[in-house]
Amino acid sequence: MNDTQTKKQYTALPFFGLGKLIKYIKKYKWTLVVMIVCGVAGSVGDTVIPLFQRYALNHITDGVLINTLGGFIALYIFTIAFKIITDFTASYLAGKVELSMLRDLRTLSFNHLQTLSFSYFNQNSVGYIHARVMSDTAHIGELVSWSMMQGVWNLTYLVGALVVMLRINAKLTLLIMTIIPVITVLFAIFQKGLITANRQIREINSRITGNFNEGITGAKTIKTLVVEDKMQKNFIDDTTKMRKTAVRAMRYRSLLSSTITFSSSLALAIVLWKGGNLTVERAMEIGTLSVFMSYALGIMEPIRWIVDMISDLIREQVNIERLTNLLDTKSDVADSPEVIEKYGDTFEPKKENWEELKGDIEFKDVTFKYPDGDEYILEHFNLKIPQGSNVAIVGETGAGKSTLVNLVCRFFEPTEGQVLIDGRDARERSQLWLHSNIGYVLQTPHLFSGTIRDNLLYGNPNATEEQIYDALKRVSAMDIIEKAENGLDTDVGEGGDLLSTGEKQLISFARAIIADPKILVLDEATASVDTITEQNIQRAIDKVIEGRTSLMIAHRLSTVRGADVILCVHDGKIVERGTHKELLAQKGYYYNLYTRQYEEDAMKSVFDS
Amino acid sequence: MTKEEKVIKRKNKSRRLKLVWSFMRGSKAFFIISIISALISALIDVINPQVISVTVDNVIGTEEADIPAFVTEWINAAGGFGFFKDRLYIVGGIIILLAAIAVVFQYCNRVFNTKGAETLVKTMRDSIFSHIERLPFSWHMKNQTGDIIQRCTSDVDTVKRFLSEQLTSLLRTLIMLVLSIYMMFSMNVKMALIACAFMPVVIIFSVIFNMKVEKQFTVCDENEGILSAMAQENLTGVRVVRAFGRERYEREKFNKQNEKYTGLWIRLHRMFALYWSATDLVVAIQVMFIVIIGAIMCVNGEMTAGKYIAFISYNAMLVWPIRQLGRMISEMSKAGVSLGRIDEIMSAEEEHDKPGAIKPDMNGDIRFEHVTFNYDGCPVILDDIDFEIKVGTTLGILGGTGSGKSTLMYLLNRLYDIPEGNGRITVGGVDIADMNAAWVREHVGMVLQEPFLFSRSIAENIGIAKDDATLLEIRQAARIACLDETIGSFSKGYDTFVGERGVTLSGGQKQRAAIARLVMQKTPIMVFDDSLSAVDTETDSKIRCALKETSAQSTVILISHRITTLMHAEKIIVLDHGKIAEEGTHEELIKLGGIYKKIYDIQSMGAEEAV
Repeated sequence: MNDTQTKKQYTALPFFGLGKLIKYIKKYKWTLVVMIVCGVAGSVGDTVIPLFQRYALNHITDGVLINTLGGFIALYIFTIAFKIITDFTASYLAGKVELSMLRDLRTLSFNHLQTLSFSYFNQNSVGYIHARVMSDTAHIGELVSWSMMQGVWNLTYLVGALVVMLRINAKLTLLIMTIIPVITVLFAIFQKGLITANRQIREINSRITGNFNEGITGAKTIKTLVVEDKMQKNFIDDTTKMRKTAVRAMRYRSLLSSTITFSSSLALAIVLWKGGNLTVERAMEIGTLSVFMSYALGIMEPIRWIVDMISDLIREQVNIERLTNLLDTKSDVADSPEVIEKYGDTFEPKKENWEELKGDIEFKDVTFKYPDGDEYILEHFNLKIPQGSNVAIVGETGAGKSTLVNLVCRFFEPTEGQVLIDGRDARERSQLWLHSNIGYVLQTPHLFSGTIRDNLLYGNPNATEEQIYDALKRVSAMDIIEKAENGLDTDVGEGGDLLSTGEKQLISFARAIIADPKILVLDEATASVDTITEQNIQRAIDKVIEGRTSLMIAHRLSTVRGADVILCVHDGKIVERGTHKELLAQKGYYYNLYTRQYEEDAMKSVFDS
Repeated sequence: MTKEEKVIKRKNKSRRLKLVWSFMRGSKAFFIISIISALISALIDVINPQVISVTVDNVIGTEEADIPAFVTEWINAAGGFGFFKDRLYIVGGIIILLAAIAVVFQYCNRVFNTKGAETLVKTMRDSIFSHIERLPFSWHMKNQTGDIIQRCTSDVDTVKRFLSEQLTSLLRTLIMLVLSIYMMFSMNVKMALIACAFMPVVIIFSVIFNMKVEKQFTVCDENEGILSAMAQENLTGVRVVRAFGRERYEREKFNKQNEKYTGLWIRLHRMFALYWSATDLVVAIQVMFIVIIGAIMCVNGEMTAGKYIAFISYNAMLVWPIRQLGRMISEMSKAGVSLGRIDEIMSAEEEHDKPGAIKPDMNGDIRFEHVTFNYDGCPVILDDIDFEIKVGTTLGILGGTGSGKSTLMYLLNRLYDIPEGNGRITVGGVDIADMNAAWVREHVGMVLQEPFLFSRSIAENIGIAKDDATLLEIRQAARIACLDETIGSFSKGYDTFVGERGVTLSGGQKQRAAIARLVMQKTPIMVFDDSLSAVDTETDSKIRCALKETSAQSTVILISHRITTLMHAEKIIVLDHGKIAEEGTHEELIKLGGIYKKIYDIQSMGAEEAV
């Protein structure tokens, strides 16, 4: 979805945006220093090891090797041990930093999300935000630890090898070094091609997944329309593109490694030719020649790694940017410092200062548009909802029925005007205070993984066993508990999916009752359930709204009929308003809606009787 | 494991191989070229140290050459070793030439391997997709969407990863292993034995480690899943969290899991670091042995310096790839499991017509003759259904939830077949079971209550069933379905993308789009399965009038709960619990005074009076 955005953000940030990460890295400063030191040391070890071979070769004939064999072996073993220990430490620390950073960033972004306003959630899909929390953080953690370590290691090896080579024979080394700029350019070119191809692969891959998804969920329609061939053609187009792009990506990848192989051989040839001449002239010993060959072969891979790391950095910039954007986003709905001072913030409430909430709600000259929209949804809207009364909001799916609810819950704040709670502007008290007094029952009841009890206690962790059973009885949900394997402690599965929709509904009603809120917001389900469940739910609704101020996004006629005020929403605006009788008499939008629903109910009632 | 299980396992294995073989059509040549290239480049890799060795010993040094006769002949023909001694650039040239050849073949090896693997995966994906599209509808109903998609995507990916990444390195490793061991033994048996003595240690270690780490990996993955699901749940349930003021609780819950996850990964990571360090140690010690013993052998004159250098090169070729073997083996077993899961889909039987299936004229009377039907393992849903629809007339069906009305239409559309002896459905006197299924579906158009739209533009959606649909026709169809105006209000008009990546249509809009789609099909038989339920009464009748005009020839079946929708039909049947309870025209049914009359009464009493 953010392809254009991604491309736009490719334009370089200074230091690849790493500056933005400094405050998160600081904590691991010393660990990173140790890691780098160990990385450098290990790399030095790698540079030194071929020297043993040189020593051995050079001193084969003169007998020195035999005489110093004990010392030679000891030193050799020591170097190996040193290298292993530093390598282990470096990679262990890199992993630790990676995972610790990952943990920190995830915690930070998750916590930050808990305080962001709803406009953020409306503008960004769950998938998008989820990817920021889960995958961007992972990329960054990896970048900071592994890429850094690899970079350091390779750079040190490269420098170390070059230094040793220069000391052995400067002219020969300089000759070999002429290869480096050429292959660096080649690496950069191939790398760029590879990145582009890889991005295309990801895009095509998600299309293929989408195709599978459609082909499977839409099987019925595809069969009835007899468009199997068309779908398949479409699919084959994508898989063909996939094959082409994947092969292209592999071409670049192979070119990269072929370049390494070839340039290594080139270096080797130079060493054999020039160095060989020197050896023939006795200006260079055979062991030195051999070790020179080892280095010449060894320096090409690090160059590739360094190019790799730079392109990594360029790519990761997007992740850094996106995550820091999330962390820097300010909430549209925020409590003022004075309010926080008195009532506490989201994580540290000062409950001792909280007033009791009675449940009077008033919209006073409210004008509202969504932060991301440009149309005014409410203009100078006035509505009084006295304590204990019910408001029903009706309208088609997608007509914008949640607006009023969003304002009452202070998920959004009015553009102009005020929402008064118990006569005072909602902004005068903390969000948590308001939310702790509001019960919310969703259309698609959202249960959390865990046990039934966990879910019931969600709104009031201190509820007693009696309160729980009382609530369950009131919404006739005792059956569910009795039927369940472990009673209240039965696991409900991810999103409560081990329960049926009807059961989830009832549990969420019970949850609302246990929280005992003064204001209740209810989004009724449209999904059809069997008659008995329907009746149970209806009874539950009646119980739940008893004695509370309630706002209901309603679909059931019985619910709507009983409401004190009905608001009809069409295309985002409130088009009609009144009691059931008044609205029917108008023969307008509500009348139409109601008739439709009524016909269906009529049929159901006859068939089910 | 009993004998039987073993037989089944073997059978499965051979079936999987057969499956892979069938997927390999079109990619075998690529794989063969790739393997040959791998062989050639490996051979050159093996020759390289020899060139160096000969150069060091015989050209630069003065040792007696121990090389194949033809090479000696060739060297002598060129002027002996002395010739090369003065012209070392020729040696450099040979090395570059060899490298060039090796690089070309290396490139061929990888590119052709990818070509093979990608072609194979493409064939696999295409076959799976085509297969799934052609599986009977009952299969789709039986299997969970999520599970099938998982198999089609991540299992395919596992197989693909193995083919394109692991397989090449596995082959290369094996080739290099064989060649370098051969070279080492041919150079110096004693040293070769020492070098190889370490191999089993590294291999066994690698295999054991991979088995162990796999378990830990699974645990880590599970915990990542839990953490990810937790974030997902929190985000989708953000309203509930806020409304109950449980931000703090959510934070603590997430942080706890996050800590656990981090701890587990750090542990896994430590295992890896230990493993690599340990194998590094073994390998480094092995190299040390070779270096020292080799040097001593050189001192004792058992080996030349050049050979010593070459030997060390061969040893390097041998020792590093071995560490990867364990991982490759575990990847291979994973790919096998995935292949088995794919095979489960592929072995399900596709829909097929009876031999000699016919494509008769579909403009005929439709007859349901004593049709009885039940879904697998479910009670009877249709019980002895028997009725007729004259060609060009309209049939109305009224029925409650679970009365079997949708099943009736599934049967007519051949989504399910009626089992032998349970009655039949005929069109123009021909049993539809004897017809080509696609033929039947092409002539029976259906609009479902919750229509499925494809993630394409609206225009493409409406015109999907017609190959050469023009925008003019599409607009005409949309107009009949009262959708033209709505589409006009979208900023991109008919090019507006529908679905996840585009606009979300309301239930009513979706239904109307599906009706427009049906209009484009112009089928002689049209079924509306409760397909105007989300459209208001006025638009409903407008659409029906327009439809009547454009498709007067068609036989129409209307399923609805709205008497006003059904009352003008030539015949109406009332379906109750799988049986035809009432049958007749509107007037006849009213006179009858049964279910139909009751519903009619309540509905026509109107909403106001009902209060």
